[in-house]
Amino acid sequence: MSVYTACIVLIAIGLYCIVVKRNLVKIIIGFAILEYAVNLFLAVVGYRKLGLAPIVIDKSQPVPFSVDPLPQALVLTAIVIGLGVMALMIAIAYRLYEKYGTFDVAQIRRLRG
Amino acid sequence: MLEIHALLLFMIAASVIAVETKDLLSSIVSLGAVGFGLTIIFLFLQAPDLAIVQVVVEILSLVFLIALILRTTRIDTVAREPYNPVFLFATGSLIVFLVLLAVIALYVFRQLPPFGGPLREVSQYYVEHGLASTGAANLVSAILLDYRAYDTLGEATVLFTSVIGLLTVLRKVGRKK
Amino acid sequence: MSIIVKAIARMMVGFIFMYGLYIIVHGHLTPGGGFAGGCIVAGAFALLYLAHGRDEAKEKLQSSLTSVFESVGGFLFWLIAFAGIVWGYFFFNFIRKGEPLSIASGGIIPLANVAIGIKVASALFGVFIALASIKFVLKE
Repeated sequence: MSVYTACIVLIAIGLYCIVVKRNLVKIIIGFAILEYAVNLFLAVVGYRKLGLAPIVIDKSQPVPFSVDPLPQALVLTAIVIGLGVMALMIAIAYRLYEKYGTFDVAQIRRLRG
Repeated sequence: MLEIHALLLFMIAASVIAVETKDLLSSIVSLGAVGFGLTIIFLFLQAPDLAIVQVVVEILSLVFLIALILRTTRIDTVAREPYNPVFLFATGSLIVFLVLLAVIALYVFRQLPPFGGPLREVSQYYVEHGLASTGAANLVSAILLDYRAYDTLGEATVLFTSVIGLLTVLRKVGRKK
Repeated sequence: MSIIVKAIARMMVGFIFMYGLYIIVHGHLTPGGGFAGGCIVAGAFALLYLAHGRDEAKEKLQSSLTSVFESVGGFLFWLIAFAGIVWGYFFFNFIRKGEPLSIASGGIIPLANVAIGIKVASALFGVFIALASIKFVLKE
């Protein structure tokens, strides 16, 4: 139960950083923290106490007591997609700095220049 | 179990540092510490596939963020205006939303199986018949590329789209000035 | 970078590339697979680019070549998926399964791993070139 609470605390820290901060790089860091926290929560749901990794070693029998392999497959996809989205955010942030000269979100909104 | 709790405390402390510090390079390094803590937690949760992917993706995203910082600016010089109404409204509504989320989450977590409970029905089928039906010894690969191969196709498409978007935004030829 | 860094980078790139290929090809026996191996191969090329500097590496490693490889990887994955329609449904596992725990087992899984490995490696290296070769001009 306390492990789930810690995951919720990490989600809250990521959300706080996205909403309250005004620097664009800090907003990107907030997105990264939120994504790590959600992947951690999905991987924690599939854990079994004293379980083993889901890889077959002995070809005559299935893994005797393995953890859940299905959330692991989904989280693998999610991690790689998170990298792609972050790279695109970084490229757009770079173009915004080149046009407006600052990373401040409040000044970028004012459509100057 | 004690290791997972200690690493979670480390991750929370490092993420608070990453959010609050003024130097942008320091906050990127703290973000790297959060990512590496997550890798070790994945190893304790018996998921070696996830640990390998997380560590290389973490290193690549740190490299991209530092490339952004080096070309532009390093210090967070955004001045904080003291207590204008928009800032107070945003923070107040965020705190209300987070309290509501915490209350509902604590109610929902009682419905989830306890940490370390038994396997669900579909996973039981995958674990028992995985090697015989597909012939692959790594069950996570068998799920990703045989039972749920359509999701992998969707993920390859999303990666392709984001790379095309990035190469279009950062191009040199054909931009009107 | 100095001459020592360039020489050592040239020596290490071969080993890192081989390690990435090992993780891609053995994806159905040990943990890893196409995604992790592709990221490691992209890291090997990024090491070479960083050690030699932007001006020297610009004519040898170009971003037009990475676009070609990325499309080839994606197209191979689609081809493997469509080839299953002849025998059954989409993504049908049509190759015979060999004996378990050997390299030639698992049907279409090793081929799909290689296609995804090519795709992810060239995509991430193309992103790295685009972000590292921008020249910044401040707009006054």
